[in-house]
Amino acid sequence: MTVTDHSKAELESEGIALGAHTEDSRAYRYAAFGVDNHEIPTGREEEWRFASLREIYPLLQATETTVSEDVVAFDVDEVEGITVGSLGADEAPRNTLLVPEDRIAAAAAELTANALHLKAPKNTVVEQPLRVEITGKDGSTASHAAIVLETEESARATYILNHTGTALFGENVEMVVGDNSEMTVISLQDWDDDAIHVATHVAHLGRDAKLKHIVVSLGGRAVRVNSTSKFNAPGSEIEQIGLYFADDKQHLEHRLFVDHAAPKCTSDVTYKGALQGKGARSVWVGDVLIRKEAEGTDTYELNRNLVLTEGARADSVPNLEIETGEIEGAGHAAATGRFDDEQLFYLRSRGIPEIEARRLVVRGFFQELIQKIDVPEIREHLTDSIEDELRRSMN
Amino acid sequence: MSVLEIKDLHATVETPEGDTKEILKGVNLTIKSGETHAIMGPNGSGKSTLAYAVAGHPKYEITQGEVLLDGEDVLEMSVDERAKAGLFLAMQYPVEVPGVTVSNFLRTAKTAVDGEAPKLRTWVKDVKGAMDQLRMDPKFAERNVNEGFSGGEKKRHEILQMELLKPKMAILDETDSGLDVDALRVVSEGINRVKENEGLGVMLITHYTRILRYVKPDFVHVFVNGRVAEQGGPELAARLEEEGYDRFLTAANA
Repeated sequence: MTVTDHSKAELESEGIALGAHTEDSRAYRYAAFGVDNHEIPTGREEEWRFASLREIYPLLQATETTVSEDVVAFDVDEVEGITVGSLGADEAPRNTLLVPEDRIAAAAAELTANALHLKAPKNTVVEQPLRVEITGKDGSTASHAAIVLETEESARATYILNHTGTALFGENVEMVVGDNSEMTVISLQDWDDDAIHVATHVAHLGRDAKLKHIVVSLGGRAVRVNSTSKFNAPGSEIEQIGLYFADDKQHLEHRLFVDHAAPKCTSDVTYKGALQGKGARSVWVGDVLIRKEAEGTDTYELNRNLVLTEGARADSVPNLEIETGEIEGAGHAAATGRFDDEQLFYLRSRGIPEIEARRLVVRGFFQELIQKIDVPEIREHLTDSIEDELRRSMN
Repeated sequence: MSVLEIKDLHATVETPEGDTKEILKGVNLTIKSGETHAIMGPNGSGKSTLAYAVAGHPKYEITQGEVLLDGEDVLEMSVDERAKAGLFLAMQYPVEVPGVTVSNFLRTAKTAVDGEAPKLRTWVKDVKGAMDQLRMDPKFAERNVNEGFSGGEKKRHEILQMELLKPKMAILDETDSGLDVDALRVVSEGINRVKENEGLGVMLITHYTRILRYVKPDFVHVFVNGRVAEQGGPELAARLEEEGYDRFLTAANA
C-alpha cells in the first residue's frame, strides 16, 4: 500500500483519515428526497463553507420551477444508436442513483416532471458524441432539469452537455454505466457572465465499466458542480478531468466524491484551474473514500491552480478516507501557485516577450488535460477559449 | 564584428536571511566575435552570477558598472530585449516548461528573436539538420521542454537553441557538467560549428579543463571572489589543471 510518502500523523493533518469510518465520513452525509427535508444553508456547513451563497440563494429558495423553452431551451442531437426518451420522477433508473444532499438537487429531483433520458442499448457502440445544447434565456427565473445518461451492458457512448446563455439553473445528472460499458460525459459550462448554475452529478458503475467524466467551467457568475461516482462492482475505472478558468468576480466550485465500494477499481482525478482578476474565486474539494470491501483500489487525485493576477483566490481541499490497508495505491496532491519566475526567465532569455511567455506557460498548463479529451471539436473549442481568456487579461 | 564589454560590474543578491550580499565585485571582461574566453574558478566564486547578471535575471541587482553590446547599454534592456540584441545564455539547469513542446518553443523563440516567423520549409530543414548533428532523436521535438530530459539531453537542447537562434555572444554556464565523453564531444562540436559559421563570441564558464580540449579558448580568466584574478592564454588552463585554484584562494583570503 502506498499513501503518498508521508507518515500517518502528517496524513491526518492533510485530510487523509485512516481506519474505520466515523460520523464525519463522507459516506454518512445526509441525503433525502423532498425540498422541505433540506434546510437553506447558512454557510457554516462543511459542504457550503466555500460556496457563493449570495449568488445561489435564489436557487436555494426556489420551491417551484419553470420548465420552458423561453427560460432554458434544450436541443438534443440525433445520433444513430442512441435512444432519446423521457423518465417521470418515479421511473427508474431516474432518482435511483441520486438521492439529494441539498435543496437544489431535491428541487430538480422532485419538481421536474420529465427527465431527459439518453441511452446506448446493450452492445451498441456509438463513436459519434451526442450533444445536448442547453441554452439559458432568462437569468431571473429559477429553472431545473434532470438528465439520465445510460450505457447498457457492453455499450459505448459519449454525451456532451453544453451550457450557454444565461440562467438560474439547478440540474441533476445521473449516469448509469452498465457492466463492461464505456461512457464519456463532457459537461461544458460556457455560460454568459451572469448565469447561476448548480449541478449534481451522480454516476454508478457496474462491473468492468469505464467512465470518463469531464467538467469544463469557463463562464457563469457562480457555478457549482457536485459530482459523486460510485463503484458498485469490481474491475471498473473512472477518469475525472476538470478544467476551469475564473475571471473577475466569477465563483467556480467543483466538488467531487469518489466512492470505492467495490474491490479492484481505479480512479484518477485531475482538475486544473487558472484564475485572473479581482474577486476571481475557485474551490475544489476532492473526497475519496476507500471502503473496507474495496481491496485492490488504486486512486489518485490532483488539483492544481495557477493564480495569474493579484486579488484572485483558489481553495483546494483533498480528502482521502481509507478503511482498508489492502490497496494498490492512494495518493493526492494539491498545489496553488503563481507564475514560476524561473520559467518566465528561461522563456524570456530566448527572446520571448513577457506576455507571450506567460501565455505559453498557461497554455502548457492546460495542454496536458486538453490532450486527454478525445473529442476534437471540444479540444479545439477549449484551446480557443483559453486564448480568449488570456487575451482579456494579458494585453 | 561584435563586442561585449563588461566594465567594473558589481552585483548583489538578497540572501534567504534578508541580507544583501555582494557577489560580483568589479568584473572587467571584453569579448569580441570569434573569440572564446574560458572563465574558470572554484565553486562559489561568482561565475554563474556573472552569467545570469548579464542575461538579466531578476534575482541579481546590478549596483555598479556597465555591460555594453556593440556600444548598446545591455543593463537598460529587458531580458527578452537582450536576447533579441544577440545575447544567449546556455543554462546549467534549464527549467521544465510543462505542456510546451520543444518544436513549439523553438519556433516561438526564433520568431521572437528575428521579429518574424521563419519560413516554414527552411525552418523544418534547419531544425532537423541541427538535431541530426547533435545526435538528437527527431521525436525529441515533440517532447515538452526539459521535461524528463537527462542531463545530456538538456545540454544538447541548450546548444540546439544556440545553433538555431544564431546569437552574437553566448555565455555557456557549465555546459560541460554532467556530460559523458561522447556527449561532451557532440556538444563541443555544436559550439565550434556556431563559432565557425556565425563568428560567435563565447564566454565559456567551467570548473574543468576537459571541455577546453574540444573548444579551444583564446583567453583564460581565473575567476575568484567575484572578479577576474588572473588572465592568460590557453597555457593558463594547463597550469590550473596542474596546480588547482589554491594559489588564488589563499591570495583572495589573505
